Amino acid sequence: MFGKLTLSAIPFDNPIIMGAVGGASLLALVIMGLITYHRKWPYLWNEWLTSLDHKRIGIMYIILALVMLVRGFSDAIMMRSQQALAAGAAHGYLPPHHFDQVFSAHGTIMIIFMAMPFFIGLMNIAVPPQIGARDVAYPFMNSVSLWLTTAGAVLIMVSLGVGEFSKTGWFGIAPLFEKEYSPGTGVDYWLWAFQIAGAGSLMTGINFLVTIFKMRAPGMKLMRMPLFVWTCLTSNVLMVLSFPVLTVAFFLLTLDRYLGMHFFTNALGGNMMMWNNLFWMWGHPEVYILILPAFGIFSEVVATFSGKRLFGYKSLVYATAAIMVLSFTVWLHHFFTMGNSPAVNTFFGITTMMIAIPTGVKVFDWLFTMYRGRIRFTTPMYWTLGFLTTFVIGGMTGVLMALPPADYVVHNSLFLIAHFHNVLIPGAVFGFFAGYAYWFPKALGFRLDEKWGKRAFWCWFIGFYAAFIPLYVLGFMGMPRRMEHYWNLAWHPYLIIAAAGTAVILIGIFFQGVQLVVSIKKRHANRDVTGDPWNGRTLEWATTSPPAPYNFAAIPVVHDIDALVDMKERGVSWRYPGPYHDIHVPKNAAHGPVMGALAFLFGFAMIWYIWWLALAGLLGLVLAVVIRSTDDDTEYTIPAAEVKSIEEERPEPEARGIGDEHYGEATATHGNLAAPGPLAAQPAPEA
Amino acid sequence: MKKTSRFIFVGAGLVCAMALLSGCSDMVLFHPKGPVGEDERFLMLMAIGLMLIVVLPAIVMALWFSRKYRASNTNATYAPKWDYSARIDWVIWLVPLAIVIALSYLVWTGTFRLDPYKPIDREVKPIHIEVVSMDWKWLFIYPDHDIAAVNQLVFPAGVPLDFRLTSDTVMTSFFIPQLGSQMYAMAGMQTRLHLLAHVPGVYVGQNQEFSGRGYSAMHFKAIATSLEEFQAWVATAKKSPERLNLTQYGKLRKPTTGVPVTYFSSVRPGLFEHILSKYMGWMGKMGEMGKTGKAPAPVKRPPEGIGARPRHLEEG
Repeated sequence: MFGKLTLSAIPFDNPIIMGAVGGASLLALVIMGLITYHRKWPYLWNEWLTSLDHKRIGIMYIILALVMLVRGFSDAIMMRSQQALAAGAAHGYLPPHHFDQVFSAHGTIMIIFMAMPFFIGLMNIAVPPQIGARDVAYPFMNSVSLWLTTAGAVLIMVSLGVGEFSKTGWFGIAPLFEKEYSPGTGVDYWLWAFQIAGAGSLMTGINFLVTIFKMRAPGMKLMRMPLFVWTCLTSNVLMVLSFPVLTVAFFLLTLDRYLGMHFFTNALGGNMMMWNNLFWMWGHPEVYILILPAFGIFSEVVATFSGKRLFGYKSLVYATAAIMVLSFTVWLHHFFTMGNSPAVNTFFGITTMMIAIPTGVKVFDWLFTMYRGRIRFTTPMYWTLGFLTTFVIGGMTGVLMALPPADYVVHNSLFLIAHFHNVLIPGAVFGFFAGYAYWFPKALGFRLDEKWGKRAFWCWFIGFYAAFIPLYVLGFMGMPRRMEHYWNLAWHPYLIIAAAGTAVILIGIFFQGVQLVVSIKKRHANRDVTGDPWNGRTLEWATTSPPAPYNFAAIPVVHDIDALVDMKERGVSWRYPGPYHDIHVPKNAAHGPVMGALAFLFGFAMIWYIWWLALAGLLGLVLAVVIRSTDDDTEYTIPAAEVKSIEEERPEPEARGIGDEHYGEATATHGNLAAPGPLAAQPAPEA
Repeated sequence: MKKTSRFIFVGAGLVCAMALLSGCSDMVLFHPKGPVGEDERFLMLMAIGLMLIVVLPAIVMALWFSRKYRASNTNATYAPKWDYSARIDWVIWLVPLAIVIALSYLVWTGTFRLDPYKPIDREVKPIHIEVVSMDWKWLFIYPDHDIAAVNQLVFPAGVPLDFRLTSDTVMTSFFIPQLGSQMYAMAGMQTRLHLLAHVPGVYVGQNQEFSGRGYSAMHFKAIATSLEEFQAWVATAKKSPERLNLTQYGKLRKPTTGVPVTYFSSVRPGLFEHILSKYMGWMGKMGEMGKTGKAPAPVKRPPEGIGARPRHLEEG
């Protein structure tokens, strides 16, 4: 009836795990109790969980990312404290069994359930308004993507209390993850969480690719798209091309583990090297999937807060596209030490180094955007400067590791750990935090508190250096990664410094929590009534904060890269005087969360061999798709009168309080605001 | 100008700090004891030096521009429309390109020169060593001397070492940091590695690829001796009562950690090939699988120690 699942799957004897499970469950109960007490369940269900509004889906993605950040960071604290303790005769507090799960969970969570949802959330919030669109191409698929990702995240959280998580690293080590060596449920949790969330990500990629290609406002040629849209576009291309590889790789592993086949086993023709190739053929593009959108955010932030056009827009676009293409030609650098011929290693070493060229170009383009600007030091700008000064070090160590002979000595050492945290923390995470602060007023209608934001930044920045520079040194000292205990006492002081750095980052995360609470408390004082709190340059700032469900009462016409600056300069950025038209927007749909729940049940049942439930979950998923596909009543209409009244609620232009820009009367005769209708009927004049 | 010079000082200080750190004798990669490691250190330092040409200006410019063009400094030029300069564009594309071309030359020549499969050219005949990684220990077979050792690698300094590696368990990576290059060891496959120690000494050898519960303990002493000491050590090993036949090997391959150093005075001929071929039966080779058509029986890993899950979960 319940497959392998029995009560003994819950590790009652492990106080650390039970404490974490208890704490998390208690927190969830308190939150659910509060929702019940305030009778907010209908509101939560109707306004949020079933919403197809890309802005709300974006916010939910980011909430998921922040929750999983806390979970993934707890794992980081455990690893760093264990390594700070377990030197020589001391063995710390985590047995190998537990430590190995912790590092596997940390990587999986941070990449798939923190960074990916964070990026997808920001893309959801910013890309449609940046291209002057009213929605994404497939609003329902967007909801399914969110709930599949959530289902994967819930699976990982459940693995904490029921059974165990994988002990074979976030990227899986063949053949260690085969049933022969890892018979428990851990690898299955990892496999299904990854697989289900990966399906969601693939759908997001398709969705936004179509959105960006087909739904741009008239006049927004490809070479007028904001840089964030460009980087999201390249990122989505990578998602669409690389995620199927991952899906296939996991499918083969599923055949190995469930049907006793031999794709990655030691014996009977299995080939562990194939796993390395397949996984990293997805895995390397994946890091660019995360880092390219962050590059886009930095581009937006640096131009906005320097009050200046982006330097070398074309250079940046071509550099982005070059990174996109090259990212598929470098996967082998993850295993230079597998006995490849020197010609193969040379090829992949050189392609890897070539990525440094467009990346370097981008860094200098941002620097020259600051040059002769008027830089306002807001929190997003702090993150950007933190990125610029720190990321280049990570880039340097990355090129170092691209030299195969150098990789032969630093591969799989803490140097590697330091390197990829040095690119992914400043490169991706700082970027997402910058985007979080930058678009927060757009998404929720009020700004985040600057003081606490900057405090959090300094903690992250200083903590980062303290936590990861020692790891570089340890790499040179020959310390391998993933050691639950070590004998070399010379490593000990550096690991203590690294643990202290992690503690400083913890304070930073705490400050970010404080920032959120303080900002919500002060939301009336920090309210963004204008829709344009930063004197922005792109279209998302042309609409209200938060935007109405339809984003734009009239689709704007674009004449320039900095569409909004152009509109401001010609005095047409303000109110649209009409005429107003009825606008169709998608209705809420319960299918998304239901499909997420079914996907979770399917995954959970597969992990525990509860075959009837797995079959039921799978059939349910198919059925949900069929039911949704046959539903023709998926939209509702906001009447023109209602659009008019919503638009007229916007305060007068003076309320924007931006002195150095000239605002004039907006008139439809300027032709800058197009009435809704067939977009082709609105040819854009050349800039 | 004063600010700029301060930044240059900071940059120079950083470089000095790095140099100082690399003087620290615990940074084993900067204190190689063999030609492979020395060459790899040279390549790393060259690469870092070349890249600092781009990295240092970027850091300096980030600090300098953000200070000079702060909004409160209204004396600074403000050019909100300035967004392109062909000259700057050329420089920022061509300088990194030139550096990458220079680095690519290092990659090309260095990768072929330091190919781990390439024998090290010396007057002396190399010593052949067969390395088998197991759960969680290392077995070193000396086919030239018909001896074997567990968790200790002894070899004469100045003599090239010709390693053949395989694994009788999951993938591992054989690495002696102070001698240079690591190499994966994989079941059913043979990889190769050539190293050499210039001077006698005791170096650390370790597994660099996570391989399960006993991974952290999977390290050994790599002892480089003089030629005479090595002969003496071979004689000691020859006196060991243990012989590495198939029965003994079957006991040895059971998952264990912290196995004490053990010597074997003789080794079953072709043991290394036997271990390889166990996983190659499907290719028509002779071996356990060739005879029975089945994979070699997996060694059951015992349940975890402290904090272990219930046994039935562990064993599925």
